[in-house]
Amino acid sequence: MSSLSPKSPDQSEKSKKYDRQLRLWGDHGQAALEYAHVCLINATGLGSEILKSLVLAGVGAFTIVDGEKISDEDVGVNFFLDPDSIGQPRGEITTQLLLELNPDVRGDAIDESLDKLLTNNPDFFNNFSVIVATRLSEKEIITLSKKLWEADIPLIVCQSIGFIGSGRLQVQEHTVVESHPENQNPDLRLDCPFPSLKEYFDQIDLEAMEFKDHAHTPFVVILYKYLEKWKKLHNSSKGPSNFKEKASLRELIKSGIHRDEQGNPLAEENFEEAIRAVNYAISTSEIPQSIKDILNDGSCINLTGKSKPFWIIAKAIKDFVENEGNGYLPLRGTLPDMTADTAKYVAIQQLYRDQAAKDAEIVFRRVQQLLRQLNQPDDTITENEVRQFCKHASSISVIRGSSIADEYTFRNISQKIVTDLESPHNLMVYYVMLRGLDRFYSEYNTYPGVYNDQVEPDIVKMKACISRLISEWGCSSFSKDDFVHEICRYGGAELHSVSAFLGGAVSHEIIKLITKQYKPINNTFIYDAISAETATFTF
Amino acid sequence: MSNSSSSQGHDSSSHRWNHLKKVLERPGPFCHPEFECSPETLNFLMSSCKILVVGAGGLGCELLKNLAMMGFKHIHVIDMDTIDLSNLNRQFLFRQKDIGSSKAEVAAKFINARVPGCNVVPHFCKIQDFDSDFYRQFHIVVCGLDSIIARRWINGMLVSLLSYDDNEELDPSSIIPMIDGGTEGFKGSARVILPGMSACVDCTLDLYPPQVVYPLCTIASTPRLPEHCIEYVKVIQWPKENPFDASIDGDDPTHLNWIFEKASERATQYGILGVTYRLVQGVVKNIIPAVASTNAVVAAACATEVFKMATSCCKPLNNFMIFNDIDGIYTYLYEAEKNENCLACKPSSIPKYLKLTSNEMKLQELIQLLMDSPTFRMKNPGLAVNIEGKNRTLYMSTVPSIEVKTRENLKKKLSELDIHDGTKIMIADATTPNTIEIVLSIPTFMEMSNE
Repeated sequence: MSSLSPKSPDQSEKSKKYDRQLRLWGDHGQAALEYAHVCLINATGLGSEILKSLVLAGVGAFTIVDGEKISDEDVGVNFFLDPDSIGQPRGEITTQLLLELNPDVRGDAIDESLDKLLTNNPDFFNNFSVIVATRLSEKEIITLSKKLWEADIPLIVCQSIGFIGSGRLQVQEHTVVESHPENQNPDLRLDCPFPSLKEYFDQIDLEAMEFKDHAHTPFVVILYKYLEKWKKLHNSSKGPSNFKEKASLRELIKSGIHRDEQGNPLAEENFEEAIRAVNYAISTSEIPQSIKDILNDGSCINLTGKSKPFWIIAKAIKDFVENEGNGYLPLRGTLPDMTADTAKYVAIQQLYRDQAAKDAEIVFRRVQQLLRQLNQPDDTITENEVRQFCKHASSISVIRGSSIADEYTFRNISQKIVTDLESPHNLMVYYVMLRGLDRFYSEYNTYPGVYNDQVEPDIVKMKACISRLISEWGCSSFSKDDFVHEICRYGGAELHSVSAFLGGAVSHEIIKLITKQYKPINNTFIYDAISAETATFTF
Repeated sequence: MSNSSSSQGHDSSSHRWNHLKKVLERPGPFCHPEFECSPETLNFLMSSCKILVVGAGGLGCELLKNLAMMGFKHIHVIDMDTIDLSNLNRQFLFRQKDIGSSKAEVAAKFINARVPGCNVVPHFCKIQDFDSDFYRQFHIVVCGLDSIIARRWINGMLVSLLSYDDNEELDPSSIIPMIDGGTEGFKGSARVILPGMSACVDCTLDLYPPQVVYPLCTIASTPRLPEHCIEYVKVIQWPKENPFDASIDGDDPTHLNWIFEKASERATQYGILGVTYRLVQGVVKNIIPAVASTNAVVAAACATEVFKMATSCCKPLNNFMIFNDIDGIYTYLYEAEKNENCLACKPSSIPKYLKLTSNEMKLQELIQLLMDSPTFRMKNPGLAVNIEGKNRTLYMSTVPSIEVKTRENLKKKLSELDIHDGTKIMIADATTPNTIEIVLSIPTFMEMSNE
């Protein structure tokens, strides 16, 4: 996966310790993680669960901002506190106990509330890789969101209350080269073979082959040959596109299977593979719409001196597609395993590999040209980076986020909420509840239902908060009294296992942001532990 | 622990558990219909509810923490493994100094120290070391295992504890719920099993894909992938050359080194790229990638279900959740269905049949069938028959002395072993603690010609 993966048996202690995760995000992903510094605001149960999975994975450093002193309740929900520490600064003790998990990680705590810190040291947050916050007030969320949106630092705001959890990611732009898609179709170019591949295919004569050879010819050859035959038969320049046409290609391939003296088809696994591959391995060379969108994005077309490497390489690929690539992306250069003898398989594999290297080289030259035009240093982008980018060109991804402050202050999000709320079983209702909770906290400086005798009166107040929110959004009515009751009965309680679920999920989102691998959520995640359901909404 | 009852009394009345009290002592619109909110529920968790955690690895560590933090105080944990350096990226109750120690013991000690009042009892042994009397003492069993065989064994154990009355009605008090978690990389699942009531592990065997096996002919004569070269060294070259006069130890660097070198040579010879030391390790040890975050998510989902089940505060998951956070965060719920012909959970009073095409089949072939068949997927079946009231062992691989005595039966046809249509065979296997009785259904020549 990575060019840095150790080839020598002398494995370091570190690569042994992180072995199980290096197999997922590679040594380069690990290096990015070790370089990162994450800030947690408020060491709640949820906050420490988020950091826990980052510390174990070997994040470079973390800082906890927390002005609270440890209470009895804190010890009941945050595993990284102990009963002896009641009354001491919550961030400090959590830091100490988290650091025990991994000596590679540095950590410190600021014993100050977010409010004070923002006043006393407004630039405090500017040097972190990611900021993650739990249990913020509406006002704190808006202030922090504005600040970090401007500073272009990702922020995740999380909440865990009773059986409900949420996470909201704010990031201006997040680009991913290695999205690690599952079930990706192979890039075989059978509908548009590059010259060396076509030459190879053309010199093969399936009909002249002895059985052993025939049964050991890779399915790409078979598929190509019968595709060409099919095109001739159907007088068509492109291959089969609908179900009927694909079925007729399958029949055609079937007819090529060798038979015994009685006319029964012999077992040719490679032909079976070719028949199965009709579904996914032909006419897949076209550029996916999502990639076209990226290549036509303003950031790609209009490069500036400040353009990030992602966009410069994307522009070079766009230029490649429009010139040398004849409308196609650079070749991925990998061949899936298939029934074949070694020599034939390795020969074809080499053709794909060589062509991919050629394509990447052209893109790299274009990148260097662009860097010069943009007055950026030549070494801004390495050849290896370009190679990786070309390899993953059909699965790159760009997320353009939105600001939480906008979501909280502008009211034009209503239509989405209204539509979602109309469907009977939609977790959007909990989004409204959590926003209502923020509003309640801002007005009363406490959560609804903290004391037993306040549950009933607080339900009334909470309903009023939600009504006001709803009318601010321009929605008319909202009758979800059961949900209001449920949220109020929690009385601000945090359940450890709910926080642990959310903490694990959020920590992986942070790892995605740091490593720039795998696609993060866009942008709001809701977890309902009552039904064990989750949902993602985009604001 | 002498004053444990008084400290518990104090504990459940302190502010520490206020979070739990709110959801357990207040009524709510989404509670389970049978939920009765009262301080008694938390008292039950703290004083009498007994949970068994099977496995103290990635999921097990998380489960122990979650259960202790959700108010459970009487927890047992079983794990036969010791701590390895490569565990430390996720098994957060272990430190560098603990390497080589028992996972169960270190985990229990850590939880008991961090969460005063919690009593985790460790068992540094195999699950098979305990009998039904041990398993019967628990209210709920929660599994964090990486082995399908072990899951099936626990499942079989809990099924064997079920009791039925004279009308074949299941006695609900004999049901011990099983909550099962599993992870692989960024994917995971959590499920709730009510043995005898809902789909059990064996009802849904197809959900656990068998390990990838490369065909021997590919490995031997047409290798294409670096994995093929490594497998060749592992299954063909090692036994032949026997370089260290020992079987392969995936944790011995000299062994791995040898395999790495030989696999690299073979790859070069065939023009195959990509044999790395890491890949060699992965193939030889069948390593499944693992991260802290997925374990945290799946174990938390399992612990929430244990909490729901023990308190009746909400309806439990019905009955399967899939999690995947490769692209965003994705979960999917569905109800796995009970298989009416499940070998494990079909009541033992109802006979189970296995259809064979003829009794000209060799015993060896029958055993292979039991291993390969998607409904059996057995590991090392030992077979016996009862003919004319006498038990006779046909074959058993697990006891060397019996293996030697019964080996020659393998090549015999079933007919030669006096096995016919309707013969009842008894099967013992690593996948179950119970002996499975199967009636063979072999069409006679007459029946076949009638078809």
